[in-house]
Amino acid sequence: MATIDVPNQVSFLEDAEALRKACQGWGTDEKAIISVLGHRNAAQRKQIRLAYEELYQEDLIKRLESELSGDFERAVYRWILDPADRDAVLANVAIRKSSPDHHVIIEISCTRSPEELLAVRRAYQARYKHSLEEDVAAHTKGDIRTLLVVLVSAFRYDGEEINTRVANSEAKTLHDAIKDKAFNHEEVIRIMSTRSKMQLMATFNRYRDDQGTSITKNLPGASGDEFLLALRTAVRCLNDPKKYFEKVLRSSIKRTGTDEDGLTRVIVTRAEKDLKEIKDLYYKRNSVPLDQAVAKDTSGDYKAFLLTLLGKED
Amino acid sequence: MTKITSKVYINVGRFGVSMAPFLFIALVILRLFLSTLHNSKTKKMAHPADVQLLNKALSGIGVDEKSLISILTKTHHEHKRFIRKGCSQFFIEDERQFERWDDSAIKNLKVEFKRFKDAVMLSLMHPWERDARLLKKALKKGPQLYGVIVEIACTRSSDELLGARKAYHSLFERSIEEDLATHVKGTERKLLVALVSAYRYEGPKVKEDTAKSEAKELLQAINNRDKRKPIEDEEVIRILTTRSKPHLREVYQQYKKISGKTITEGLEAEILLKETIECLCTPHTYFTKVFETALREDANEDDKKALTRLVSTQEAGNLKGISDKFAHKIEERVKGAYKDVLLGVLAKGQMSGQA
Repeated sequence: MATIDVPNQVSFLEDAEALRKACQGWGTDEKAIISVLGHRNAAQRKQIRLAYEELYQEDLIKRLESELSGDFERAVYRWILDPADRDAVLANVAIRKSSPDHHVIIEISCTRSPEELLAVRRAYQARYKHSLEEDVAAHTKGDIRTLLVVLVSAFRYDGEEINTRVANSEAKTLHDAIKDKAFNHEEVIRIMSTRSKMQLMATFNRYRDDQGTSITKNLPGASGDEFLLALRTAVRCLNDPKKYFEKVLRSSIKRTGTDEDGLTRVIVTRAEKDLKEIKDLYYKRNSVPLDQAVAKDTSGDYKAFLLTLLGKED
Repeated sequence: MTKITSKVYINVGRFGVSMAPFLFIALVILRLFLSTLHNSKTKKMAHPADVQLLNKALSGIGVDEKSLISILTKTHHEHKRFIRKGCSQFFIEDERQFERWDDSAIKNLKVEFKRFKDAVMLSLMHPWERDARLLKKALKKGPQLYGVIVEIACTRSSDELLGARKAYHSLFERSIEEDLATHVKGTERKLLVALVSAYRYEGPKVKEDTAKSEAKELLQAINNRDKRKPIEDEEVIRILTTRSKPHLREVYQQYKKISGKTITEGLEAEILLKETIECLCTPHTYFTKVFETALREDANEDDKKALTRLVSTQEAGNLKGISDKFAHKIEERVKGAYKDVLLGVLAKGQMSGQA
């Protein structure tokens, strides 16, 4: 469930005016920006941008980019984009790093629905004049490239039908590959990148029933093998995305690992989806509410914005 | 009374000859003459010509419905017997003394009669459903039809290919990638899955430098083909399955510049790769080739099916020029309603004048 708090009545013209006012003159009224944008869903934000453009012949995003800075600016920029466009930007940023952030690409390709992923690919083309798979392929090599390109190109069947026979045999295939440490085996990649999510969950369940442990436990996370790490991420994203996101938040707050952007990314991309359940999971796991942990870990406008997205009342 | 005898004498010179045998023979001859007169009234054509007409109507691509109608409506059972006796390519003498349809002829007729029906169905189908069904059929049939998968994946626009993937979900409750990856073994799997999953950028923007360097990479891979098959080279796969078509056409040109040859010349042994490049870079050459193969004397059924597939799936504009080149061959080898469909669609391409 979403965490953001959206009012019943919304006037896009008023919102555009309020944002304009917040950006005029010396300094910026960040609180006003948060109080408007932090309480609007994607469709509404789009309308506000259109209204702003019409009223002031200016791109609201560009204006905000110039007015704001730091973590806050990055968060607001990602928030205000259309979800598909946002994912395209996240993917591009991840690809262009000197050491590409594979997990972001995997996260996007495995936790979005097939239609959403399609929209991301279209948005990516519109923005960067290349296809997503083109850029992923051009910036990676070897087994990692193979895995990422197929994950990103997948258009999985999104129905509920599963084939138990296939689940059984593919659970066995995965088990054999893991046992032989042949993680990059073609069959593993095939299964992970083409099967529907329901089918994969059936396969993972079957694996757990047969082996007594979940498949992720048998894909060691501490090894330096980047392919193994990527595979593990993909399995976790496909198997239980909320649990995966909880872990990203936890690591980001505790500063373990290198995913600095994780906090912003998860909150911004899940606030309208399932952040509520992720919050519950976080509390269960850490005995501390997520709001509290975020408040302790961040400061200023950035903190205020994140807390608003988390559903805090003004 | 005694003067009237059964013997009649004719004076033939010095001999008297009995008239009776002559009368008898004359009567027989008269009877034969009358019966032939009777028979020729019911037969409009001579037997050998009918047999020839039937042979012609049922051999070739499609069937000549008009000739068949004329034969069937003008014959009666005696006549049909002559036809059965005369058409040894369709009828065989059964051991129990009757002329029987040859089983392989029946199979063949089924195929030829079905052509028009397939052309109708395929042409009326939504392009997405059509492509999804063609992909499924090709996959089921096996390696000899993988070329069809390449054709569809490479000659459709990005959104058309996407649509085919959606339709595949609806029709078969699986994704095409899933089925391809499960059923295709070996080195071709990577290529086919990647081709079918591509959502290529369709704008005109092309970086010449990148095209140059990728042409070089392809050249290297092809020059090394004795050590490693190009289809197993991950750079080759990357370039062919992710780059946009305008970009690939530039790569094609650059390749020609630096090597003096076309990419396909170096890939004679790798049929799927060759076809991939043809479909992406020189589709018109590809279609011409498919038509040519289908209309050859020794064309097999898969080759011939390509005719239906091409005319019902390609915009007539893509087949421009093919009409002129093959009109004569089509007249010769194709029959009936099916021929009319082929010629009609090709003519439409000429008239619309689309390139």
